Amino acid sequence: MKLLEYQAKEVLQSFGLEIPPGRVARTPEEAAAAAREIGPVAVKAQVPVGGRGKAGGIKLAQTPEDAAVAAGQIIGMEIKGFRVPLVYCEGALDIKQEIYLGFTVDRDARANILMLSARGGMDIEAVAEETPDAISRLYPNPWRGPLDFEIRRLVFAAGLGDLVGPLTKVVRLLYRAIPERDALTAEINPLVVTGDGRVVAGDAKLETDENAAFRHKELEERYSTVIEGDQYEVEAKKRGLTYVSLNGDIGVIGNGAGLCMGTLDLVQRAGGQAANFCDIGGGAKAEVVKNALQVILMNPKVKGVLINVFGGITRADEVARGVVEARAALKMKLPLVVRLSGTNEEEGKRILRENGIEPGDNGWEAAQKIVELTR
Amino acid sequence: MILLTPESKVIVQGITGREGTFHAERMKEMGTRLVGGVSPGKGGGQHLGVPLFNTVAEAVAATGADATGIFVPPPFAADAIMEAAEAGLSLIVCITEGIPIQDMIRVKSYLKEFPRARLLGPNCPGLITPGVGKIGIIPAQISSPGAVGLVSRSGTLTYEAMAALTKAGLGQSTVVGIGGDPILGLSFSDVAELFEHDSQTTHLVLIGEIGGSDEERAAERLRGTRLKVAAFISGRTAPEGKRMGHAGAIVSGNRGTAKSKVEAFQAVGIPVAETTDQIVELLKA
Repeated sequence: MKLLEYQAKEVLQSFGLEIPPGRVARTPEEAAAAAREIGPVAVKAQVPVGGRGKAGGIKLAQTPEDAAVAAGQIIGMEIKGFRVPLVYCEGALDIKQEIYLGFTVDRDARANILMLSARGGMDIEAVAEETPDAISRLYPNPWRGPLDFEIRRLVFAAGLGDLVGPLTKVVRLLYRAIPERDALTAEINPLVVTGDGRVVAGDAKLETDENAAFRHKELEERYSTVIEGDQYEVEAKKRGLTYVSLNGDIGVIGNGAGLCMGTLDLVQRAGGQAANFCDIGGGAKAEVVKNALQVILMNPKVKGVLINVFGGITRADEVARGVVEARAALKMKLPLVVRLSGTNEEEGKRILRENGIEPGDNGWEAAQKIVELTR
Repeated sequence: MILLTPESKVIVQGITGREGTFHAERMKEMGTRLVGGVSPGKGGGQHLGVPLFNTVAEAVAATGADATGIFVPPPFAADAIMEAAEAGLSLIVCITEGIPIQDMIRVKSYLKEFPRARLLGPNCPGLITPGVGKIGIIPAQISSPGAVGLVSRSGTLTYEAMAALTKAGLGQSTVVGIGGDPILGLSFSDVAELFEHDSQTTHLVLIGEIGGSDEERAAERLRGTRLKVAAFISGRTAPEGKRMGHAGAIVSGNRGTAKSKVEAFQAVGIPVAETTDQIVELLKA
């Protein structure tokens, strides 16, 4: 789960990290009240994606009136597919220095990586590319976490030796996000050193592992309902489907992530655009096919659906019956092409044909067929 | 053939569960030497005609097992992998999907103490040596014995490629699904290297997907290989993830994209198929 900025900051604060004064506002009135309490504020859209500044989702407000106007403009905006449900009004910091501090999973090293740089701020990715040595790195032992001397070494390597005391403490506190919240990414950029020498989290990104949600129910309950993502994705998640919305008009269902991604590639190669990625998993049971079709058909942009299933252990004739049943139950009128393969393939195709559904011999042919039928 | 041979003695951890039972039965049907199962609390009993044990160590002592298939639920799977390594098994195949990533990072660190233990997966379909046996869930009926090695990150795409190979008369030496999780045991290059040293294998198919840079590293490892190789990359048109934060980009830079992978293979003279059916053509060319 990708936490919103204010949520991530709340978590960091609970670990003992210092954050700037801030209030959540769901209405312009609440934003004005926050500004009256804090003083001049930045009014920030709360969405779980980067680039909100460029999208007009962050505005500075000197007065409570300004804050109300800004909140009125930002709440309800859409940023990269997310409707902004609320804003976070945050007091300004007296910035002396901006540092980058982040943990993430380095999949090639099969380990967590901790990164620290004296050159924090917006351009950190360019810094990483042009001067990789400006970022010092540490792979902490996952059973005991980073040791103090390892952190000190990291801080000195980053050229931040005069802050070794406070930074060692901040790294230690941020690291708690891994063992205690199953964080996959925990990032503070910028980590601000203020004029009076305090170290404060200027921004915060926290992504937790969905696979570990079973041991963090409190996190899920407290935070997950706030994020208003794509309506079809939300609906699919409720039904336990792996679904991602895309921009095209051809609905795609596949079993297995690799096959499903491969199917999107084929649709594009045939000159079409997929409306979604939907992986129904290895088994491809009738009930699951129906669920997936139902979600896909909610999207009015969809002009046709391609189902690509490799029946390994599940028999192709069973999948065919499931598709026929689902289509009848949903009274689906749109073109439907089904590519079935595996055990009892011929029987599966016969069932499809008898029910007026186009079977495809292979993925490529099926993709061309659905593109043609939806032109 | 690699990893799973006629000498391999296999146990299944989680054999009394629904998935464990179903797949252990299929494994046995195709001739895998299944010598026992582990199910804590049910030791002393029998299931599917093999003895049950409470711990992996007991199973190894009684049966001489050297390989395991793990079908236990995600919260307990990391522990099951470590138990298997500690008991001395040399091949550990973890089928379980949905293991917390931090659990797997700790497992990888723990496994350094057991250099003999090879982990395949998690979240993988396992492996099959046609005509000999399988550990995992790859359907045996679409396989046929032969000289093509196949290594893949995806499940169903593997089956698809296997079926196409079998249909074209190209049998397989061993088919290995390394799994789709961010933190894995054996990598593409580990498996490619095993095939390189296997005298039965003359051809190799690699089926990769976007993310990580295992494919790039495997391409480098296969420079000048004696094998005839074809690759396929899925996810070429997948949109960039809705990213937040910079940490991922700092770590991976431009690696991990479909383009980077395709170019890495082409740079060492390995052709990349546009569709799974083309894989066969490239091998036969």
